[in-house]
Amino acid sequence: MTTVIVTPKVAAKEIEKDASMVKQKEMMAAHYDRLTNAPKTGEKVCNTFVPGNLNELIMCFDLANNLPEVNAIQSGLRRQSGAYVLEAEKIGHSEDVCTYVKSDIGMMAKGNIGPNGKRMPDPDVLLLSYTGCFTFMKWFELLREQYKCETIMLHTPYMGDGKITPNMIEYMVKQLKEEVIPKLERISGVKFDIDRLREYLKKSAKAEDNLVRVLQTAKNKPSPIDAYFGGIYYIGPIFGAFRGTDDAIEYYNFLLAEVEDRLAKGQGPVTPDGDMGKEKYRLVVEGPPNYTNFRQFWKMFYDEGAVVVASSYTKVGGVYDFGFRHDPSKPLETLAEYCLGVYTNRNLPMRIEMLTNYINEYQADGLLINSIKSCNSFSAGQLLIMREVEKRTGKPAAFVESDLVDPRYFSAANIKNRLESYFQMIEQKRAGTRDAA
Amino acid sequence: MPTTADIVARATQLFDDLNFSAAREWKAAKSGRKVVGFMPIYVPREIIHAADMLPLGIVGGGDQLEVIHGDAYYQSYICRIPRSTIELGVSGRLDFVEGMLFPSICDVIRNLSGMWKLMFPGVYSRYFDVPQNYRDDIGGNYYINELAELREDLGKLRGKPITDDELRNSIKLYNENRRLVRELYAFRAEKPWQAPAAEVYLLLRAGFVLPVEQHTEMLRDYLAAARAEERPKRDNCRVVLTGVFCEQPPLNLIKSLELAGCYVVDDDLLLVTRWLTAEVPVDGDPMKNLALAFLHHSESTAAKYEPDQKEKGQHLVRAVKRTGAEGVIFACPSFCDPALLDRPILQHVLKDAGIPYIAFKYAENSGQMQPIREQAGTFADSIKLWSGT
Ligand code: SF4
Ligand code: SF4
Repeated sequence: MTTVIVTPKVAAKEIEKDASMVKQKEMMAAHYDRLTNAPKTGEKVCNTFVPGNLNELIMCFDLANNLPEVNAIQSGLRRQSGAYVLEAEKIGHSEDVCTYVKSDIGMMAKGNIGPNGKRMPDPDVLLLSYTGCFTFMKWFELLREQYKCETIMLHTPYMGDGKITPNMIEYMVKQLKEEVIPKLERISGVKFDIDRLREYLKKSAKAEDNLVRVLQTAKNKPSPIDAYFGGIYYIGPIFGAFRGTDDAIEYYNFLLAEVEDRLAKGQGPVTPDGDMGKEKYRLVVEGPPNYTNFRQFWKMFYDEGAVVVASSYTKVGGVYDFGFRHDPSKPLETLAEYCLGVYTNRNLPMRIEMLTNYINEYQADGLLINSIKSCNSFSAGQLLIMREVEKRTGKPAAFVESDLVDPRYFSAANIKNRLESYFQMIEQKRAGTRDAA
Repeated sequence: MPTTADIVARATQLFDDLNFSAAREWKAAKSGRKVVGFMPIYVPREIIHAADMLPLGIVGGGDQLEVIHGDAYYQSYICRIPRSTIELGVSGRLDFVEGMLFPSICDVIRNLSGMWKLMFPGVYSRYFDVPQNYRDDIGGNYYINELAELREDLGKLRGKPITDDELRNSIKLYNENRRLVRELYAFRAEKPWQAPAAEVYLLLRAGFVLPVEQHTEMLRDYLAAARAEERPKRDNCRVVLTGVFCEQPPLNLIKSLELAGCYVVDDDLLLVTRWLTAEVPVDGDPMKNLALAFLHHSESTAAKYEPDQKEKGQHLVRAVKRTGAEGVIFACPSFCDPALLDRPILQHVLKDAGIPYIAFKYAENSGQMQPIREQAGTFADSIKLWSGT
């Protein structure tokens, strides 16, 4: 699951304008160079997952944060994941399982070349932040077998009853105190300093404030942003290796200024083909995107004047829009709460409430689900989600299917057909409402 | 004394009955009785039993259930067990069940717990989390508190709190039940022709619908009868069957393996029946005893984290050695991430240990057994060839 770290291919004049894009691109390039140079610089590397990504803690031990999901996304966007997935299947992986894992394993088998064309480093530690997805455990057991490096499990209980209990927090804080931190100290050789963690957390909260502001500009009509296709770029730094850094604060400052400027001018989102035309449909999207045909998929929306005003995918690395912020006054508890609250760690009724709420708050025309073949965590139960949200909002919903990084499961014609009939359905619904009025 | 055929006939009847009549009858026999369903792989049935309730194992609909509504809830690329379980619910076959527990096994079952809350709001539904940290003071404390919540909830459902003595009594009964299941497994490993895999399976499945007291009796009777009967011994090889811990293989699949020349001498079917590998102490704090048993004496499986890389997969090697097996059969449900992602790691371990294996996938409603029979037959032949050289 999660976030992306390249900048969209926009017209040259747009790039000149958008300081945030330039900034993000620089940050990502520097980060990949840091990673691929690690064997030379002697920096130690920690692999971890985007949901439950404890970047602030990782930084306390001077470790470089490497996110295999982000690497898989990169492979998807660069159209290499298909070959990686096949490679993994060739060496014994089933065609049925999560393709993120297979893209990662296949990339390793083919020399582990990162997006900057250089070899990715072997991890010194696998921080198995186990939240929101069972596959994570198998994924790191598979990596551990290859790298033979230390693995640290941080188990986040599932919010099965829709609440965080004191028992859950206590369990997680204890794991952090007595397992995660001592092991990271030993592996990195750096002593843990809780004040350093507090400083990073303070910075996280600042960036989080601005991210929320950006995402909430989509409540306006027209929306100045696309909160799914565009949103994926906006979450890049905070879901990746930058939460808690000055770079992230600066990035979100730039981004907010740009988005507010568009808002003031009454402009819609920027797309890979420049400014989007008139906003015709406002959608809420549930589920991850497809990365192998990302631009083609996005185009199917903006060509029709459809803008995504809110999405659940932009919450997989943390749900901030209901008030949670990293809180430096309770550093370990706040990390626990963060892990517990990520989107896929919320039970189905909570997810339904969230999506319903988005449709109402963002005045959307309905819900679109992009169901990912790979991903049981998101996908199991989505048909019920669709029906429930439809029932509660009275707005039409639609369902398309694809995969994150396996190009074999992207059928452009099918998806386009579905989308077209969905937009028609919305039109009919509107006409019906007008008639009734 | 009943014969194995009598006992197996009764177990088959229970297995075939998709309306759970035995559990319904148990419930109707005394007013106030309640039934709590649970899914794979493990829940502490002792706590349910201690609340005077019947723990009812629910493992999908098998190959006889016609799934009419269930498919509307799941995409084609999700395994079968959740859709047939939904079918059981929507079709009213579980309308006598007051509670449902969804153990921590994978994202599908996890999400099903939320679906159940929405679809059956009158039922007490709980996602039952277990620790992936095995230190007494960390995972242990967390788990004791989780167990305490379950105990309290079930006490409320009954209308009377569960006492320590009730728990101790249940622990004693389940200890005995587990001891007999292990004895049955040991007996089968020793003389697999005397206790065919399909019979052992049916016997364990009976324990999913019968009260533990009755099931223990059934196990005892079967063991006595199986020991007393002489059955023909075939020239089969001996295999461990693995990957079958959640969605159930069709009964025919299990039968096919033996017909194809493979005696199943160990498996990971219906793990809850022997999840705890040592006797749970009856004295002392029952909740703590259950928690410690989980942490330190429980089976290894894909849904459970193995902190020690060197230990990963060794349970399988040990099972092979313990039972004198000559190979391993990986049978995994289609689309099952836990089983299918674990499989390559386990296969590497087996390879290092020089243990041969084969692998295939199934669904609970697979009808065609011919390819599986052929594959298992070739495997058996190759093993015999090997041992002959
Ligand atoms: S199953 Fe889904 S959430 Fe889990 S790793 Fe795969 S894509 Fe990510
Ligand atoms: S069969 Fe596998 S994927 Fe399906 S519910 Fe069971 S453990 Fe999960």
